Amino acid sequence: MNILEVERLSLSFGGIRALDDVSLVAPQGAITAVIGPNGAGKTSLFNAISGFYRPERGAIRFEGRDIGRVPASRRAGLGLARTFQNVSLFRGMTVLDNIKLGGHSGLRAGALSAMWYLGRAREEEMRLRAEIEREVIDFLEIDHIRGLSIGALAYGLQKRVELARALAMRPKVLLLDEPVAGMNREETEDMARFILDIQEERGITVMLVEHDMGLVMDISNHVVVLNFGRVIASGTPAEVRASPQVIEAYLGAKAARKARHEA
Amino acid sequence: MRTGDYRASYAQDEALFVTPVQRAWLLALIVGLAAFPWAAGSYLTYIAVLLGIHVISATGLNIMTGYTGLISLGHAAFMGVGCYAVAYAANAGVPFWIALPLGGLASAAIGLVVGIPSLRIKGLYFAIATLAAQFVLGFVFREWEPVTGGVRGVNLPAPSLFGLAIEGDRAVYYIVVPAAVAMLVAARNLFRTRVGRAFIAIRDRDISAEVLGISLLRYKLTAFAIGSFYAGVAGGLWGYFFRAATPEAFSLGLSVFYLAAIIVGGLGSILGGILGAAFMTMVPEALRAIVAWIAPWYPPATVLLSPMREIVFGALIVGFLVFEPHGLAEMWRRVRRFFHLWPFKT
Ligand SMILES: Nc1ncnc2c1ncn2[C@@H]1O[C@H](COP(=O)(O)OP(=O)(O)OP(=O)(O)O)[C@@H](O)[C@H]1O
Ligand SMILES: [Mg+2]
Repeated sequence: MNILEVERLSLSFGGIRALDDVSLVAPQGAITAVIGPNGAGKTSLFNAISGFYRPERGAIRFEGRDIGRVPASRRAGLGLARTFQNVSLFRGMTVLDNIKLGGHSGLRAGALSAMWYLGRAREEEMRLRAEIEREVIDFLEIDHIRGLSIGALAYGLQKRVELARALAMRPKVLLLDEPVAGMNREETEDMARFILDIQEERGITVMLVEHDMGLVMDISNHVVVLNFGRVIASGTPAEVRASPQVIEAYLGAKAARKARHEA
Repeated sequence: MRTGDYRASYAQDEALFVTPVQRAWLLALIVGLAAFPWAAGSYLTYIAVLLGIHVISATGLNIMTGYTGLISLGHAAFMGVGCYAVAYAANAGVPFWIALPLGGLASAAIGLVVGIPSLRIKGLYFAIATLAAQFVLGFVFREWEPVTGGVRGVNLPAPSLFGLAIEGDRAVYYIVVPAAVAMLVAARNLFRTRVGRAFIAIRDRDISAEVLGISLLRYKLTAFAIGSFYAGVAGGLWGYFFRAATPEAFSLGLSVFYLAAIIVGGLGSILGGILGAAFMTMVPEALRAIVAWIAPWYPPATVLLSPMREIVFGALIVGFLVFEPHGLAEMWRRVRRFFHLWPFKT
């Protein structure tokens, strides 16, 4: 079953067609990678799925239901979480509070009960805290930094905290926009391991955008290639790697011809 | 891997007053506040009541502006709404402990209406919308004679409890200070929960707040309603304290006074609201005292120095902003870190 389906999505900014008749699916429990050159429309696709951009045409289906008209803030509650290409954490808060924000839609307390605190609000907050410690902080190995402010962290750790926040949302589908960009070798390997664990142990469906081809080929089950807003290829990593259109998009027409020649 | 009872240890980590020393300090503070009007003279009691009112109002503004990022230039007008509502209710015979929350609710209701544009217009543009609210409400205070008494305003009866009138500053102190303490605790609690975190998330980055499931409209309006509720209660207390509601009391100048208080004290900090209100209330008083002290030696002082007071006050505010942009609360934190003595977690 495909938990997330994008059907014939089109989106433009002025004259630029960021997405042009894009269709793709994320099979339940799999890791689907979306790749493509800079400006191909990958982030725009994520923004449309998470509800920031209103596509002009097409449908986005989540668990079979069209969510095109569901406001961005309600999609979290459905089970859709994401991270951003440029880390988007709250700098004025500690790591722990940032992660707690991920639990927002799972909690219920309103302002009055929050101000009184002693009843339901407190109980809920304690439960959230314990849950986060167990399922997120231990898992991502960030115990040592929970009290620090975001500004004090190296970039690689910030990305990890952003992943932590997304996990605290207990999502069904996790969208990761360039999870290892700007990371060194070791951090990249850690991140790859976390993503695999998230998929294998928790059964969360992952869709990721990434330029690091090594990572994409290693961990994804499916790859979709975008170029100038269009899907130009999709399939298993091996199929995509062999596709002439993909080689052309990445290396230019000349290299593609050469590759074909040699084949 | 950690083992054991998560709940207990995290509960402790999340608590505000943990160690016996902290609890002792808290107790001392409560006793001190309760005894204050008896130990201090009538002048200091008067200042303490005024300060209590300012602390409530400044905390309300801090919730909307400092924590949620919605700049308001109409805070005094919201206080006015509370003050007139309480005056109206009190004159109709409603007891003060019902009239005060009613004043807060009236103000919150108006705040909700004014807050609605916050979804569409941001930052300074929104500030201008609140400025408009300040002027419109000021106009209503002056012109809606049957309710507000026009430019002359309306008087309030003394609040009473079990048939006993609560008259004099000392008696009013025992309404204002508990109200201030309760509202500070409530505000502090708010920021231990999802609601408070949502406010901060909206202030820092509204787009990614939405991805986390935070409805901007809902929480911006909530912040505005809570902030105006605080203003309304403060306005009602003001009414009981001065026993009058007049339009000139709730002018733009007072709105700016509260903005200055939270900026000097520390935006987005409960302690900041308290320290800022204290600064804004007490520094002019201190300057006045200094002038009065010099006068006997140098009689022209009163004439010469009185205008200087305003200048010195202004210069002090600017000085704080330049040397400590994060406000008095941050300064306080540094001092505390240095001494490692003060028990309160902030
Ligand atoms: N908010 C926007 N306003 C105008 N143009 C936009 C906007 N967002 C994206 N675009 C344009 O849409 C196209 C696709 O951009 P997008 O960010 O989706 O690319 P991308 O595949 O994520 O690229 P990269 O790999 O560099 O992150 C680009 O031409 C970009 O300039
Ligand atoms: Mg991108």
